[in-house]
Amino acid sequence: MTETLEEHFDATIEHDRRIEPRDWMPDAYRKTMIRQIAQHAHSEIIGMQPEGNWITRAPSLRRKAILIAKVQDEAGHGMYLYSAAETLGADRAELTEMLISGRQKYSSIFNYPTLTYADVGVIGWLVDGAAICNQVPLCRSSYGPYARAMVRICKEESFHQRQGYELLMTMVRGTDAQREMVQDATNRFWWPSLMMFGPPDDQSPNTAQSMAWGIKRHTNDELRQRFVDMTVPQAQKLGVTLPDPELKWNEQRGHHDFGPVDWDEFMAVIKGNGPCNAQRIEHRRRAHEHGAWVREAADAHAGKGQR
Amino acid sequence: MSTGWPLYEVFLRGKRGLNHVHVGSLHAADAQMALRHARDLYTRRNEGVSIWVVAAGDITASSPDEKDPFFDPSGDKVYRHPTFYKIPDDVPHM
Repeated sequence: MTETLEEHFDATIEHDRRIEPRDWMPDAYRKTMIRQIAQHAHSEIIGMQPEGNWITRAPSLRRKAILIAKVQDEAGHGMYLYSAAETLGADRAELTEMLISGRQKYSSIFNYPTLTYADVGVIGWLVDGAAICNQVPLCRSSYGPYARAMVRICKEESFHQRQGYELLMTMVRGTDAQREMVQDATNRFWWPSLMMFGPPDDQSPNTAQSMAWGIKRHTNDELRQRFVDMTVPQAQKLGVTLPDPELKWNEQRGHHDFGPVDWDEFMAVIKGNGPCNAQRIEHRRRAHEHGAWVREAADAHAGKGQR
Repeated sequence: MSTGWPLYEVFLRGKRGLNHVHVGSLHAADAQMALRHARDLYTRRNEGVSIWVVAAGDITASSPDEKDPFFDPSGDKVYRHPTFYKIPDDVPHM
């Protein structure tokens, strides 16, 4: 029986059709999918913090409203994704527990602090730009519920990137101090943004299997290159310098060459030694615990309705 | 975030004239709360004019294991399709 089920699964993947929740799937596929979706969901939830940090200090009502909408979207994206993970048998409460106990990871980018308001713009431009690069191909993930969640998310991310770029365009038209803030934020977020695509292909042992399963559509290095090529003209238009002396157009390759990424830093941040790891998890844990009375009150109210 | 809140499946009517379509799920303490959460989660940009929430446990679904035999009855009835019938090309309005 298992053989025919497995054949059916393989044929579905081979024909580029979608796997749906109650289909038979190999344990390793299910596990990998849960890990990928959970890690993505956690990233959205933790990703609320760096920008949430600036809501009360946004410089105008317009900017504040935009920032609140954006942070609400991140929460929404986390919820779509937790919902997709649950179709694979993951338990919501358990996923929360895995995050706040540090047993499941989230994107290393959110372990960097947001020191100035320009960071809000640069996060929209670079971090959300990199996320879009990563996520657009995932709209064709072989796992149906994840692919559908990604379609919704990508539509909304476009607003995130554009509001960030527009914010930066406004700042670079301002004072010298404001232009310096934009350059400084770019300097701090450029390399961590390149790290968002994950380790180089020759150090990414799971890539081949993930590509075969259709849960990854391009390699880390391909996506990183695409992001660099997309971003260079945007930086020029903005009048900021990307902090890489080796960055230049390579006529023969038809791509930009760029300098080596500091993978030691990447590994250190993944292992918990980034500037904000402890703070992010602690904040999430506290928010969850402080929300306990709301959950209990809702339970009590629901119980009252049933009597 | 859930404690033991039940799961609700969410269906949206995008605009008048369209069917409700499944968009995802969420946890809520009761159906009223599920409806409010569905509004906040799935219609932040006017994606819907009507929402249904259904407790996931109340849905009865066909099993993927028996998918082939279950849908077999419709597989061999090609005469249900208009293309089954050969009509000369010069017959108008068919």
